[in-house]
Amino acid sequence: MASEDKFNLVVEFSGGLELLFSGRRKLTISVPIKDNEGQAVTVGWLVHYLCNEVMEDSRKNMFVLDGHVCPGILVLINDADWELEGEASYALQPNDNVLFVSTLHGG
Amino acid sequence: MAPSICAICEVVRALIIRPKNHQKLCKACFIAIFEAEIHHTITTTSLFSPGDRIAIGASGGKDSTVLASVLKTLNERHNYGLDLVLLSIDEGIKGYRDDSLETVKRNAVQYDMPLKIVGYDELYGWTMDQVVEVIGKKGNCTYCGVFRRQALDRGAKMLGINHVVTGHNADDVAETILMNLLRGDLPRLARSTSIMTGDESSEVRRSKPLKYAYEKEIVLYAHHKKLDYFTTECLYSPEAFRGSARSLIKNLERVRPSAILDLVRSGEDMARLVPEAVTGISQCKIQKVSLSSADDEDTSGCGTNGRSGGGEMADMEKKLQADEDAVGREVDVTAKTSSDNDGLHTDAVLLKLGKKTGPKTKMVKKLTRQTLGTCRVCGYMSSQEICKACTLLEGLNKNRPKMEIEIDIKDEESSIPRIKMEGVVQAGG
Ligand SMILES: [Zn+2]
Ligand SMILES: [Zn+2]
Repeated sequence: MASEDKFNLVVEFSGGLELLFSGRRKLTISVPIKDNEGQAVTVGWLVHYLCNEVMEDSRKNMFVLDGHVCPGILVLINDADWELEGEASYALQPNDNVLFVSTLHGG
Repeated sequence: MAPSICAICEVVRALIIRPKNHQKLCKACFIAIFEAEIHHTITTTSLFSPGDRIAIGASGGKDSTVLASVLKTLNERHNYGLDLVLLSIDEGIKGYRDDSLETVKRNAVQYDMPLKIVGYDELYGWTMDQVVEVIGKKGNCTYCGVFRRQALDRGAKMLGINHVVTGHNADDVAETILMNLLRGDLPRLARSTSIMTGDESSEVRRSKPLKYAYEKEIVLYAHHKKLDYFTTECLYSPEAFRGSARSLIKNLERVRPSAILDLVRSGEDMARLVPEAVTGISQCKIQKVSLSSADDEDTSGCGTNGRSGGGEMADMEKKLQADEDAVGREVDVTAKTSSDNDGLHTDAVLLKLGKKTGPKTKMVKKLTRQTLGTCRVCGYMSSQEICKACTLLEGLNKNRPKMEIEIDIKDEESSIPRIKMEGVVQAGG
């Protein structure tokens, strides 16, 4: 097992994505410093954690499809596009803010 | 990863990577360039004239909220001299519009713009709740969708405004182009690419100033400017075909972000290859009014931006379309394309009524085209003697909910429009 040491980060959902997370727009979650393989936890890890452990809605494929965040969902890490931060490989830091925002909803 | 520095100011940390060119920008530079590009679109297409009264079709959603915010900013920055009004439609479904209308009301205060909310009851004499009481829940999306297509135009007319702007973005346009390409519907494809439908002679013109703006950037603009917008749940059930086109575009964007604008440009290029006689967009004004894009977009029922109709709604829509095709006054159109020209351009289009064309006319393609007259009942532009809305209303008013619509299966998918000709018309290029 990984270390019991954990840290907090803030996860936000908007653009309609909150509807897949029981209407919750903002949550603070506690994540382990290392994953099961002893590696630093990444945004990729977080995405699967949210999908498997947090999301109650059965429409999982509206959040994660083929192992990736669905096309049309933007991921911002501390307000920066995650493409600027190494996408799923970004190693999470204490107090990071990760925002998932859907672009797919009506105008 | 070391933080990236903004490519424009070269000082501040970049937060945005632009889909169309991978440029890395800070928040302030992104907001500035996003607004400057829309200003460029507006000026290069001469979209507005000083003193114009413009109704912004406002749903409270991200696209129309960004449109209202940007137009307000640009109107003040560049002295467009526009009188901007927010126009929202209330279908009259208890509870359904409450939150989005509250958003629009806040926007009206935030942007200091007058807001007009027009109800289906005012426009049609029926709220959607009343429609449901008569026809039941099944099929009510059809009514809602048909009514919505005219609602913005009718609402604008009530306000004495002849130009409605909508929040359609580059992704929406790309999606419509792709759908029409997959259906083999070049006339509609051509019409859907133009930034403006209608002209000075139209009662109400429609335009889409965000036509070249990526949906992703619209969402980022709303996020970084902390704009107040609303999202509806209804959008989780788009009509299957539109939904597939959307997914395809989003998948393409992931692999090659420029694909969306490339698709828009391809659509525009293809539109130039479609003879005017087919598109209904005529430069030589053989018709008094151009076809309304309202017939081409927003074809769904619930939700906004035409993305969320159910399959049932789509079926009904097809029936209505087929009905239109089946009873439309038909005439053959023979297009003779120029061979000595650049080939981009139809030299002459011979339209004939009933008779065979002369021997010199080479048959290129048999085409039919839509009559653009006005509805005998409401006066709204329509390809039918009585428009779809009035047809549905007639049924409702007779309390005869189930409209029997005979359709010819062969025609079901065809949306190639038809034209009624008063005589032989020679349409030069
Ligand atoms: Zn900058
Ligand atoms: Zn009518």
